[in-house]
Amino acid sequence: MTQMTLGKALNAGLRQAMQDDDKVVLMGEDIGTLGGVFRITDGLLDEFGAKRVIDTPLAESGIVGTAVGLAFRGYRPVIEIQFDGFIYPAFDQIVSQVAKLHYRTQGRVKMPITIRVPWAGGIGAAEHHSESPEAYFVHTAGLRVIAVSDPQDAYRCLRQAIASDDPVLFFEPKRLYHHKGEVDLEAPLADAPPMGLARVVRAGTDATIITYGAMVRTALDAAAAAEDEGISLEVIDLRSLSPVDYETVSASVRRTGRVVVAHEASREAGVGAEIIASITEFCFEYLEAAPVRVTGHDIPYPPAKLEKFHLPDLDRILDAVDRVMDRPNSLSAAKEAQQ
Amino acid sequence: MSPQNTPIIDTENDLELTERIIAPDGRRMPNPQLDRHVQDIDFDALRDLHRDMVVLRRIDAEGIALQRQGQLGLWAPCNGQEAAQIGTGRALEARDFVFPSYRETGVMYSRGAKPADYVRMWRGEEGAAYDPAELRIAPLQIIIGAQTLHAVGYAMGIRFDEADEVAVTYFGDGATSQGDVNEAMVFAASYGAPVVFVCQNNHWAISEPVGLQSQFPLAGRAPGFGIPSMRVDGNDVLACVAAMRWALDHARSGKGPAYLELVTYRMGPHTTADDPKRYRSDEELEQWRRRDPISRLEAHLRAAGELTDEHLASVQAQADEMAREMRAACLGMITRPAMAVFDRVYAEPHSGLERERDEYAAYLATFEEA
Ligand SMILES: Cc1ncc(C[n+]2csc(CCOP(=O)(O)OP(=O)(O)O)c2C)c(N)n1
Repeated sequence: MTQMTLGKALNAGLRQAMQDDDKVVLMGEDIGTLGGVFRITDGLLDEFGAKRVIDTPLAESGIVGTAVGLAFRGYRPVIEIQFDGFIYPAFDQIVSQVAKLHYRTQGRVKMPITIRVPWAGGIGAAEHHSESPEAYFVHTAGLRVIAVSDPQDAYRCLRQAIASDDPVLFFEPKRLYHHKGEVDLEAPLADAPPMGLARVVRAGTDATIITYGAMVRTALDAAAAAEDEGISLEVIDLRSLSPVDYETVSASVRRTGRVVVAHEASREAGVGAEIIASITEFCFEYLEAAPVRVTGHDIPYPPAKLEKFHLPDLDRILDAVDRVMDRPNSLSAAKEAQQ
Repeated sequence: MSPQNTPIIDTENDLELTERIIAPDGRRMPNPQLDRHVQDIDFDALRDLHRDMVVLRRIDAEGIALQRQGQLGLWAPCNGQEAAQIGTGRALEARDFVFPSYRETGVMYSRGAKPADYVRMWRGEEGAAYDPAELRIAPLQIIIGAQTLHAVGYAMGIRFDEADEVAVTYFGDGATSQGDVNEAMVFAASYGAPVVFVCQNNHWAISEPVGLQSQFPLAGRAPGFGIPSMRVDGNDVLACVAAMRWALDHARSGKGPAYLELVTYRMGPHTTADDPKRYRSDEELEQWRRRDPISRLEAHLRAAGELTDEHLASVQAQADEMAREMRAACLGMITRPAMAVFDRVYAEPHSGLERERDEYAAYLATFEEA
């Protein structure tokens, strides 16, 4: 076990994946000499050379499109999109090409491409640097979508994503790049939980908070605060947004009967909507209250000084918990004020 | 650099400026650039090229007929572009890999596609019409220009592997406006990728004339990316072979990408869903009919006393046989069962899709019980 940041764990994961398989090549803007704007690819150019750590021209569609060609030839490209808000120029290559080639060719062509995305907000960044585009990709068949939340998991999931014969959108919460944790670099990958599984990061009995990415930490803080009030919250880190592990999710909901889904992305047709719709289908008779979403607002990501009003925080999560627990909350207060 | 007068596109006169070996009337012209690439092509080889073009035209006609008879959802004709597709396709080595658009029926033919391969996708049976590894052709691409990047990525891989191969991508004049095609040229030049860009300028992108995409000859753009290019008479099959050999040699010898603009014409509609009468004149069509690639080669062969009616009849018989096989393959296709819609979305199990598949299977089972 080693203490390291999530960023360093990702770096270690990339290094290990490149050592394990010489068909793994990295592609992206500034990932070579600079080591990426977040230094996730730090040192890899020196170690593996320019044929495997490829500084690309500044063209996102070009990066993904050429990765498709490399995959045709048996390579396993790992792409870094410099920031979440810059993935849109590559949208067509991702959803029309990367996602569909396996299906179109009856499985004859594989697209084992990993698309790493420094992701989401909370770091006071400039415009277009804090977006949460995951729902676009969850909506697209043929892609897997992963969101990591701690160093150990990031290290293992990244290796699993690269080893997978399917294309993976790999979302890295940049708010947590400097977050430290224990990482076991030696444990065989085969022993790690598959990347498609959710995990219960905190057990509880009164309500379930379902979340992913940087919000896992916020949810854990909320659970700790709720405990002081005598409420026992279970927290689930989804890890995988496509597929969602509804076995773990449903088992928890059946135990607690109450659900809060929290994410940074906007609400309308977001991942939370999908999860709640599915929970309602799968465990309606176990629900004791209508599930509640805590999300970013349906607005463009606001300027940095305002992002704290956009991002769900501990208090907004607790307010939602009060709603599903039928305790006094913002909604009941509003109703009362109306009367 | 001093400012230059940018030549404005002038289709009429431009055509005479393209590289050619056989003139529209069949006369052989000396071409110092191209001649040396086709010195080995004797009359036997020319007759082979002629046969290929005739068979291709027949395949194309059968595709249209099958669509009109309701057997295919759509067909994208290549009538008029036989020389461009056969000429370049025949210049390829077996080990090269092609990334085509939807119109490259002739390139498929030159790579040995089977009769069913031409129709399977247009009939709507499968997303890709053939096994890409077998034909060494990526699935036909519908998204304009997307395939050019795939070819460049593949060629980057060739370079990393130090393999003696070339990636080739085909696209139309309209595609040259797409970001992907321009990004592909940037990547190709930056990495010295062994890739050949083949732009078939057939003058129309559905209803839009080439002048709307570019005010400059398309081949003239490539040098701006650092890619040598050639503007070739795309209705002269010999010039197409020669130019493609030049481009392939260039890429194969480690000099990086090359670019061809094949100036040709789409004689029919864009697809079977199109009505070209709405946007182009009979005069224009007539002008291009006189440049027909097949008659041109026939005129050339005849003038040399190298074409007999007997030979023509045997070629026609071969073309008809191909059409028969294509029709039989099309009519004989068996649509896969309902559950096949779920197959191969992912390479590995995906619990969400599995749940959906099970639900649908259970739903279908209710009909069996009834
Ligand atoms: C990205 C994209 N935009 C629009 C279309 C619709 N479309 C199909 S073919 C076509 C014209 C293409 O013209 P060109 O590139 O010259 O090729 P040609 O069909 O003439 O061979 C258009 C607009 C498409 N398939 N893909």
